[in-house]
Amino acid sequence: MNIAVAIDDVRKDALPSASEAGPAPKRIVVAYGFWIFLLSDIVMFSALFAAYAVLVRATAGGPTGAELFNQASVAIETACLLASSFTCGLMSLAVGSRRRTTTYVFAAVTFVLGVVFLTLEIREFAGMIAIGATPQRSAFLSAFFTLVGCHGLHVTAGLIWLAVMMAQVEIKGFHPTVERRLLCFALFWHALDIIWVWLFTVVYLMGVRP
Amino acid sequence: MTDTRYDRAPGDRPILPGMEEEASSGLIIYTIGLVLAVVLTATSFWVANTSLLWPPGVPLGLVVLAIAQMGVHLVFFLHITSGPDNTNNVLALAFGVLIVLLVVVGSLWIMFNLNDNMVPPPELMNLHMQH
Repeated sequence: MNIAVAIDDVRKDALPSASEAGPAPKRIVVAYGFWIFLLSDIVMFSALFAAYAVLVRATAGGPTGAELFNQASVAIETACLLASSFTCGLMSLAVGSRRRTTTYVFAAVTFVLGVVFLTLEIREFAGMIAIGATPQRSAFLSAFFTLVGCHGLHVTAGLIWLAVMMAQVEIKGFHPTVERRLLCFALFWHALDIIWVWLFTVVYLMGVRP
Repeated sequence: MTDTRYDRAPGDRPILPGMEEEASSGLIIYTIGLVLAVVLTATSFWVANTSLLWPPGVPLGLVVLAIAQMGVHLVFFLHITSGPDNTNNVLALAFGVLIVLLVVVGSLWIMFNLNDNMVPPPELMNLHMQH
């Protein structure tokens, strides 16, 4: 009896832990599931990074990274993606406090910065292909186009997703479903920026060194 | 009901008292993250182009800077913290990092070992035979 009382006293002080609070709200479950998807996506990118790192010297007599990469353009791409990650965060804040116009403004800025990034990347690819540095030229270039192109495809998918989300905010308003999707989009966009950090470090900055 | 502790979703902001307070503290967090990320990115570009540093150490320095920037993005943009309500997210992240390390380090290790142990090409073999 005394022991039971003592245990009760102890329990009163501590907050019930997460597992005792019943099922978690849906947005927690949704975001956790999406987080696991993002991690699996990052694992896929790690395989592409490993392939690139193994093949980076296999140029087959063709152009090397030091001859092809333009650091100024990479710096602008990096700035665009970082700034769009920041404005995406500001958009999440606007969604949290239900300010529709602010949400649209920051979504538009995020979208435009993403488009600038993609345009620069496509111009870089086109310039490389124009001088004969196509994916067929060497194992190094195959690995390069696969890795950087895969990130570019993710950014494209993110831009389409963002446009669809803004249409949903316009039509449905800040419905809980729409809010969960916006949370997932913000996670996706920030994760793409983390992958870009490794891309510009491993491919561009290490690649231009002799 | 209000004092129950729930798990936190990845991407959730740490403080959620009132709407106004939430927005301003969130803005500060994102701004700190942006400033740190810009500083780290600028340092990376400087390290890659300077001739002041010991050249063989530069790749290691770049990797350290990238890991630091990844940490900044995770904490300030994705809001992954070490709090008790974030355990699931951190555990999933730790498992992901483990797999990524196995894939990248394992591939590099095996492939460079293979290159070292490769049978020399025939021309080289002939050179050995010639004398």
